[in-house]
This record gives sequence, structure tokens and C-alpha cells, in this order.
Amino acid sequence: MSAFWLTITVLILSAFGAYAGRAQSLRVAGGDARKLHSLPKYYSSFVALGVLIPCLFVLVIWLFAQPKLIERGAEQMLNASSEPSLVMSDVRRVADGLGVAVAQGALSETEAHAPIENLRDVLGGVGVALGNEVTPDVLSAAQGMRAQEQRGNQFRMFAVLGLAALTLVFGLSRITPEFRARNAVERVVLALLITAASLAILTTVGIVLSMIFETRNFFGLHSWKDFFFGVKWAPNFRGDSELSILPLLWGTIYISLIALLVSVPIGLFAAIYLSEYAGPKTRGVAKPLLEILAGIPTIVYGLFALLTIGPLLLNTFGSGGLLGVEWMSGATAVLTAGLVMGIMLIPFVSSLSDDIINAVPQAMRDGSLGLGATKSETIRQVVIPAALPGIVGAILLAASRAIGETMIVVLGAGAIAKFSANPLDAMTTITTRIVSQLTGDGDFASPETLVAFALGLTLFVLTLGLNIIALYIVRKYREQYE
Amino acid sequence: MSDPVKTSLLTLDARTKKRNAAETRFRMYGLAAIGAGLAMLVLLLVTIFGNGLGAFQQTFVTLNVPLLESKLDKKGERDLAKIKKVSTFGYAQLLSQAMEDALAENGIDSDLKAKKQAALLSKSAAADLRNFVISNTDKIGETVEFTFLANSRVDGYLKNRVTRESIADDKSINAEQLDLVDELVAAGVIKKRFNISFITGADASDQRPEAAGMGVAMMGSFFMMLVVLALALPIGVAASIYLEEFAPKNWITDIIEVNISNLAAVPSIVFGILGLAVFINYMHLPQSAPLVGGLVLTLMTLPTIIISTRASLKSVPPSIRDAALGVGASKMQSVFHHVLPLAAPGILTGTIIGLAQALGETAPLLLIGMIGFIASNAPDSVASGLLDPNSAMPAQIYEWAKRADPAFYERAWGGIIILLAFLITMNTIAVLLRRRFERRW
Repeated sequence: MSAFWLTITVLILSAFGAYAGRAQSLRVAGGDARKLHSLPKYYSSFVALGVLIPCLFVLVIWLFAQPKLIERGAEQMLNASSEPSLVMSDVRRVADGLGVAVAQGALSETEAHAPIENLRDVLGGVGVALGNEVTPDVLSAAQGMRAQEQRGNQFRMFAVLGLAALTLVFGLSRITPEFRARNAVERVVLALLITAASLAILTTVGIVLSMIFETRNFFGLHSWKDFFFGVKWAPNFRGDSELSILPLLWGTIYISLIALLVSVPIGLFAAIYLSEYAGPKTRGVAKPLLEILAGIPTIVYGLFALLTIGPLLLNTFGSGGLLGVEWMSGATAVLTAGLVMGIMLIPFVSSLSDDIINAVPQAMRDGSLGLGATKSETIRQVVIPAALPGIVGAILLAASRAIGETMIVVLGAGAIAKFSANPLDAMTTITTRIVSQLTGDGDFASPETLVAFALGLTLFVLTLGLNIIALYIVRKYREQYE
Repeated sequence: MSDPVKTSLLTLDARTKKRNAAETRFRMYGLAAIGAGLAMLVLLLVTIFGNGLGAFQQTFVTLNVPLLESKLDKKGERDLAKIKKVSTFGYAQLLSQAMEDALAENGIDSDLKAKKQAALLSKSAAADLRNFVISNTDKIGETVEFTFLANSRVDGYLKNRVTRESIADDKSINAEQLDLVDELVAAGVIKKRFNISFITGADASDQRPEAAGMGVAMMGSFFMMLVVLALALPIGVAASIYLEEFAPKNWITDIIEVNISNLAAVPSIVFGILGLAVFINYMHLPQSAPLVGGLVLTLMTLPTIIISTRASLKSVPPSIRDAALGVGASKMQSVFHHVLPLAAPGILTGTIIGLAQALGETAPLLLIGMIGFIASNAPDSVASGLLDPNSAMPAQIYEWAKRADPAFYERAWGGIIILLAFLITMNTIAVLLRRRFERRW
């Protein structure tokens, strides 16, 4: 029975449990629901959940554990060859192919377990293409794997259905008029809620673990000194790649800096105007309009950088351009990406600063205005200094956004890793390299691919650090005025 | 003792004037900043619509194609297997013939070779014709009126993207062909009209920009959003209920809270790395499948949904809970029967906004392989929609932006218009929901 039908069966059994639980509760109460501790529906959900949760739990664990165990068994059976991962992928393919062949009727079940002569043709005939000739070892390993899989699936069916029957009977037997079904069901629901809440932790753990493991593999193949302190980024396929993060970090920081130079003045002044000068009408129109910029997907900004801003800059600074200078050789450049990223960050800075400026107590403004200061003097000398820590926090949050931004730099910044101070040069960033190293055709176990995980981990730590500092500053600031 | 400076309340002294000027300047800076922000928005929108609207129009060539029995089915047996043996080369001859007929009919003289004339049609024209014949074998022998896609260069010429100057080095079209196009346009054989297949169709290879469409990528996005909705909404709501209503104040809940607010700020590409490492490399889920994309986007959207759900749970006043508890409800009943229904509009709004965010997200999809191939067939069942390789709207736009032919750029901008249409619809629904159901306590 396939996992899908097994799930359906469990669902049907649990629905039956729901029905039977209700009937049983009314029966033990002699048809009078008032004699029960809980409402009949709680008895019904008690039985249903009692069947559903353990069975699905076992099923999911089984689905994950069985392939791993069987593969380990097959690996030990082969145990000789030099490239275990390659042979194993062959074995898996042959085993899957045999399954397809049986399902399509090209082989009978008994034939699939006997030695097969022209395996490639048979499998090719059902649409499973095999690369190289299948050795008898691989075939027998694959057949062994398949046999084990079938046996495992049978066991799975018995185990899950047995468990379902057991829990069903147990749940029904627990029902008495005194049984506190509501409390039991609520405990289960609470456990489910806690599981959901801890998923957030699990995600973080998953992120950190997955990157740490692969990063460790990377540092096993490549020296960490070169990664952190080298000066060159030059991956190649000969195996002597120079993979240093510093040029990428420079590109990332340079682009983020330009983005902040664009977004912070515009965003901050916009926030000041909106919160201090603008009437409710202007505010009601301008604020949502600005925030549209925040809702536009980054791929749109990427395209905007590549196809609009880049050529615009090239026409200005490139050869034969408006200024008659030859400072720019391609549309992708630090300035292109930086400018567009700045546009993206304007609403981010302005709405954060807006909140923060609004949190400054009115009494401080009144005091300053009462002493005869003009409005702008009040803002510059009282409001902004008071809001400064919060604004710094907002800028740090914007910086962490800029560092982690991917699509704009992938499309707008170029692919050359170098240290250069010229904003019209193409440069590359950490996120761009992650994308290109992981989407290439490289072998997954090579340092050129694994470096992406080290880059990702660095990026994660960097943005996390910025965020924690920023959130700490903002929170500290809020407390000051509350 | 010097004379006191004479001042008047009616005339401003130099210092006051300076201060007032500074005040005006400062105000202007603010206005200028808002103006700059709005100008960027306008520039962006003008660019998108200016470049993208063209993708919804396409140039078509209408020809009467003689489906000659002598070419397609020599023996007249109407045997499908034999008809299928005629390759697209055979059909290309019919197309040249049809083109010549059209020229003769309209009295157009052209010294161009037949091959060059037929090159005005899309490279997919012969295959389209073949598919038609295979599914309508009874039409063999008749002359059938057909509307073919024009080649993307011809299309570009009608849209002013391709000009006589720009094709100087272009091998796929020359000035004589453009002359012919002019005459055919005048004769009404070549026409530009609304192109529905851009919205419903599949992506095409990089030789045929004119045939590329968004439809299949839309299906990919749809299935991803299905996964996100099915997972992120229940999990997010459950997590928020626990944190907001049940969690004791201790260090564990503190960690979970800090964690969630930090997850919301983790760069999206990091979620892509997680998806690649865990879902594909460890769990061996199929690459490029909307299921995996949906799982990754679920993890990304969860913090957004949790944060907005908690805010709307918090806005339900404690008196509601107290009243429920007062008449004997359990804590769980008070939450599920009273608080949750009252918070539902807020939760829904937050979910729609989270979904809109997920819909436009690209970076993680690149890492789990939703680019670099042509998703040519629409999925035919839910299982194939979830598990078969597909693209997604933003990934499709990225794919087009990376191709060399500028004709694809128009498609990319057009794709953005479709994507933005979805986002605007979703956000409008969210705003309307908020307006309609928002309750002040």
C-alpha cells in the first residue's frame, strides 16, 4: 500500500473513530449527554486525534528512516568501489527504473528479481535512461534494495494499520462518563501549538546547522586563511581556486554604502516632513504612495537596474556619452546597483524613522518652540538628537537589508571581484557569488560549490549581528520615552 | 556706551530673516525628498508600463495554407503514423508556398528568395501547422486560413524596437525583408493584435521570443502559493496563539520571540541555501519542484504571518477573554471560540500580505533550481503541479532578463506587469478586508 493510500486509510479510520467515540460516549451515558464530564464532541475528537497523531507520526518517521537504512545496507553490500556516491546514485536509478518497468508491465514482478540481460534496453523502453552499462554488482544491489523496500513497505503497512487499530480500541475503551475528554483534547491541542511555535527555532537551527556542516566540509578542502584573509576571488576547475571573501565583502559594502547614501537622506527628510510638517491629507496620500516602493518585488528593481538605470548611466559616463568621458565600460556597475537599491530602501528608512520621530514626546517640541526656536531649529536641535539612537537603529536595519539583497546585485552589479574605488566599475557581492556558485554545473563536493555555504554563513552572521544591534538600540530608545 | 540698536517688530532684522530662510529651506528639503521618492515611483512605473505593455500585443501573419495531399499524405490513406512521418521540413515548403500565394494575391512583387520570405514567420510556424494537421487529418487537401506568429524581428519592427539602422549587423533579417513587411502590413496580411498566449502560454526556447508566455510559470507560482497557504497559515496561527495566549513568561519563550523577529530579517537567499541543503540534498525532494519552492517560501513567510497574527490577537480586548472564562469556558475554548474569530480579519490581512511577499520573491527560487529550463507543459494534475519541474513568475522574469535577445526584455517587463497585477489585487483585497472588518474596541 503506498504512503498516500495509507494516509487516506488512517484518515478514514480516524473519522470512523470520531463517529464511534461520540456514539460510545452517549452509550456509556445512557443517551443523556448531561451525565458526561465533557461534551460528546470532545470524546469524538479524543478518539480521532488519538488515532491520527501517533499513526501519522510513525508514518512520517518511517518515510524518512526507511530509505536511509536501506541505502546504508546497500552501500555495505557494495562496499568496494572508490566512488560510493556515484555508484549509489546508479543503484537508486536502477531500482527506481525496475519499479517503473514493473508498473508499466515491461517486466513481471518475478523477472524483476532475476538477473536481467538487456537491462538498459528494458529500462530505456519505459523511459528510464541509464548512463553507463550496469554491472551485475549494481543490479543485484538494486534488486536487493527493491526487495527490501517492498518488505519495508509491507511492514510499514502492518505497523501503521496495527497501530491505528490499537489506538482506536484503546481510545474507545477509555470512554466513561467520568473521563475528562475535554482536558485530554486540550492538552493535545496545546502540545500541537507548542510544536508550531518551536518550528521557528527549528528553522533557525536548520539554517545554522546546514550551513555549518557544509562550511566545515569547505574548510576541510580549502584553507580558512585564504578564505578570510586572501585577496583574490578566482574560482576555476583545475583545483587551485583562490576563494577569498574580502573582495566580495568590499563590493557588498561599497554597494550598500551607495544605497544608504541615496536612501538615508531622502528617507529621513521625507520622514521629517511627513511627521512634522505635513497635514493629515498630504500624509494620507504621500505615505502609502512611498510605501508602494517597498511592496515592489526585488526582481523588478533588478530589471530596472539592468535595463534602465544601467544604460542611462552608460549613456552619461560611458564612451560617446553625454559627458564625453570614458569612465564606464558596461551597464552593470556599483553605482547602478547602489542607486536602485537606494530607491528600494527609501520607504524602509522613511517609515522606520517616521515611527521613531513620532515617538519623541510632544512636550520636548513644545518646550523648544516656547523658547522661540523655529520649527526647523526645534527639529534639528531637539527632535533629531532625541531620536538619534532610534534613527541609527533604523539605518543599521536598512544596511542589513542592503547587504542581504540579492536580485538587484545579481542583475545590476556585474560579476568581477576586485578592489576598486571607482563606483562606475562592475563589482560583485557575496549574494551574487552564492547564486552563481550554487547554480553552476559544478560538482557538489568541490570547494568551488561549497564556498557558497561559507559565504552564506558569513552573510547570515553579518546580517544577524546588525539586526540584533539595531533591535537592541531601537528597543532601548523606546524604553527611554515610555 | 553705544546706542542701542533700534529694532521694530514690523521689520525683520537680518538674523530673523536668516532664520526664517533656513526654516523655508529645511521645509523645502523635506518636500524635495518626498518629491524625489515619488518621482522614483513614477519613473519606475512609467518604465514598467512603457516597456511592458508591448508584450501584450503581438504581430501575426494570416496566410491561406494549401494542405497539399501530395506532400502530406501521398497515398491518401489518412494513416496517422504515416502523416506523423512528415517532418517540419515538409511543412516549411507549404509555408513558403502559402507566402508566395499571399504575395501574388495582393500583387506584391518581391525579389526575395522563398526562404527569406518564409523567415518572416516565427520559427515555430511549421511545428504549429504540423500539430494542426496531425489533430485534424480530415483537412488534408483543403486550403485552410491560418494565423501564424510573426518572427520577433518583424514584431519588433512593428513596435519600433527594431529599426533599419539597428539591423545593420543582424543576420536574421535584412532591409529588403522589412520592405516586404511594409507592403504586407499595407495589404493587411501582417497585423498586430492582442496576444492572449502571452498570458496563458508556456515559455519558449531562446530562438522564439515571440512564442514565449507566462502561463505555465503562473501555474508554478500558483502551486507554490497553495503550499505556502496550506502550511504557513495553520502553523503561523498556531504558533501565534501559543506565544500570545498560553506561553509562560520565561527564557524559552523569550528565545522564540527574539528568534522570530530575527528570522523576519534574514536575507531571503539564506532560506534558499537552507532549502537546497535540507530539502534537496538531504531529503532528496525533486529539484525545481513547486513543492520545494513552497516549503522554502513557507519558512520565509512564517515570521510575517506570526507577527501580524500576534498583533491582531493582542488587539482583542481582555474583557472578551474574561467574559468567556467567567461563564465557564476553558482557556482553550475562550481562545478558539471567541478570541480567534474576532482576530480572523487581521490574520487574513496579514496572511495575504505575506503571500504577496512570497509571490514576488526570487532569490531562494534560483538556488533550488527553478530557472534554466523551459517549462513547456502546464501541469495536468495536482501531484504533477507540485512535483514536476516548473518555473515561477519572478523566476521566469529573471530567466528572460538573462537571455541575449532584446525581444525577451519586452517579455520580462510584460511579465512584471502581470506579477504586479497579482500583487496589487492581493494588497487591495487585504486593505479592503482591513477597512471592512477593522473594529476599534
